[in-house]
Amino acid sequence: MARAKAKSNKIEERTPGDITMSVICYIVFFLCGLICIYPFYYIFINSISANDLSARGVILFWPQGVHLQNFVSALQIDGLGQSAYISVMRTVIGTICTVSASAFLGFMFTQEKMWHRKLWYRMVVATMYFNAGIIPWFLTMRNLGLTNNFWGYILPAIVSPFFIILTKTFVESVPKELQEAAEIDGAGILKIFFRIMLPVIKPIMATVAIFSAVNQWNAFQDTLLLVTDKKLYPLQFILYQYLNQASSLAGQSNSGGGTGSLAGLATSQTPTSIRMTITILVVIPIMLVYPIFQRYFVKGIMIGAVKG
Amino acid sequence: MKAVQKNTVQKNKKKWDSIKLFLFILPFIILVLIFSYYPLYGWIYAFFDYKPPKPFSWDDFVGLKWFASLVESDVKIQQIGQVLLNTFVMSAITLGTSWLPMIFAVFMNELHSVPFRKVIQTVTTLPNFISWVMVYSIAFSMFNSTGMMNTLLTNLGVISEPILFLNQSGPGVWLTQWLWLTWKNLGWASIMYIAAISGIDNEMYEAAKVDGATRMKMIWYITIPSLLPTFFVLLMINIANFLNNGMEQYYVFQNAFNKENIQVLDLYVYNTAMGAGSYSVSVAISMLKSLVSLVLLFFANGASKLIRGESFL
Repeated sequence: MARAKAKSNKIEERTPGDITMSVICYIVFFLCGLICIYPFYYIFINSISANDLSARGVILFWPQGVHLQNFVSALQIDGLGQSAYISVMRTVIGTICTVSASAFLGFMFTQEKMWHRKLWYRMVVATMYFNAGIIPWFLTMRNLGLTNNFWGYILPAIVSPFFIILTKTFVESVPKELQEAAEIDGAGILKIFFRIMLPVIKPIMATVAIFSAVNQWNAFQDTLLLVTDKKLYPLQFILYQYLNQASSLAGQSNSGGGTGSLAGLATSQTPTSIRMTITILVVIPIMLVYPIFQRYFVKGIMIGAVKG
Repeated sequence: MKAVQKNTVQKNKKKWDSIKLFLFILPFIILVLIFSYYPLYGWIYAFFDYKPPKPFSWDDFVGLKWFASLVESDVKIQQIGQVLLNTFVMSAITLGTSWLPMIFAVFMNELHSVPFRKVIQTVTTLPNFISWVMVYSIAFSMFNSTGMMNTLLTNLGVISEPILFLNQSGPGVWLTQWLWLTWKNLGWASIMYIAAISGIDNEMYEAAKVDGATRMKMIWYITIPSLLPTFFVLLMINIANFLNNGMEQYYVFQNAFNKENIQVLDLYVYNTAMGAGSYSVSVAISMLKSLVSLVLLFFANGASKLIRGESFL
């Protein structure tokens, strides 16, 4: 739709003002794009460059002394494999739970016959705008035994008002006759949901899945509050700890392994190389899924815009 | 008689059906109650002397002591005042620049090369999908003493000693944090407007073209007025969230140098509880914050109803 629109907007550049505007637009947006993508590129070329060079910060535009030792070494870092496992598990399990719940609830909240439907729906949506605060939440989680517990990552995220609004709005756009016909044939509500509705609402489920997966993959705050057991740290948290150590060192000097005259330094690990390599490892999954699912984001936000 | 009986049977069946529908969602309602409503009960800690690991006891009731303690001394008032100032200024900057995504979308729509526009849209949306930890990692890599910025400035001969950008202190921190927030969010926030632009009736542009309007004029008289309703709703939501800056961004960026200017309410609540161990005080602040937010929410919703005849709740 957006594409068709811009094409029809393509008028002959009539005045010098119009041309100037075009030129400025292209330059400004090119710079915006550069500002957004260069940091990723910068970290990437540093993670594959000679470590003594990257520690001195001389790699700016092109990689030098390319090697992949950093990625091999990173995988051998104690605890990193475990935290990668936690990150993947919480993303997979969390996403499955959230998507199923959102699809089901989004559908159920359209059932006008439900006892006090509006009340329950409002009750769920209200949590989007109002909450008790993180400390009461933390104390509750502790009382429930969900601190230092993998399920502390999953359970609170299952019912998510924003995703329910998205699915509900989508279900409402599905012709009512579909369900009515199935009801006349004597199908129960579950059968209608699984057989009729699920195939129709797949697009919105994809949107919810991707949002939810990104949320789980990026989650940091819940670990910070709930988890002290190293075995349950996701990648984000491990990276944060590395950064924290690095920043406390960085204040003192820039000596961190930067004496590049010795041989062998090119592939031996420095704080900089570990930091950059982990960053790349954490960003890569996002980079990979992101372009594929971008159209779903846009669609999702458009549906959300109907009732924000 | 029989008809009446049949009627009640039918009524009962209807009632049972509607309750059955509810029973299906009951497990989820229970989850919401546990994770979103039960924590409200935790507010009572604000009225008790609760110091873990000592277990909570009903005998430790202290009334409004913790609320009073927030304003008991000049030092305390000054500290809270600074936190409020940080929150207000950062939220105000965000509110004051909430038109940026709209302008961004409007001018992005003026890029006629479709591949170029797609690439720019993809690239500028990307930062939204990485976590604040990642953003900090990027900030650290680019701006530490051996980072790209210092190397570049040294090579250009602008500086001879590296500048420690991340150890910035003073009010400049507000601006820096806003810049990072904008870097992360601008592209994503503009998607809503891009969607809205694609919904504008093309005939208006055609008509304007016939009348000889320049592109600037079409933007000013057609595109922007069409986007104002969307802008307004988002502005109201921003107002409702005035006190909710979140803590993740500020938590990862905080250090000994910028602490004074980076502590917003959410971070202060966290630091008070988890850093200093004063759970009760922290809950008291959090409670006040939630109540004020609720007032703001109703205000924003009311304003939305009044001006647009539509509420967003």
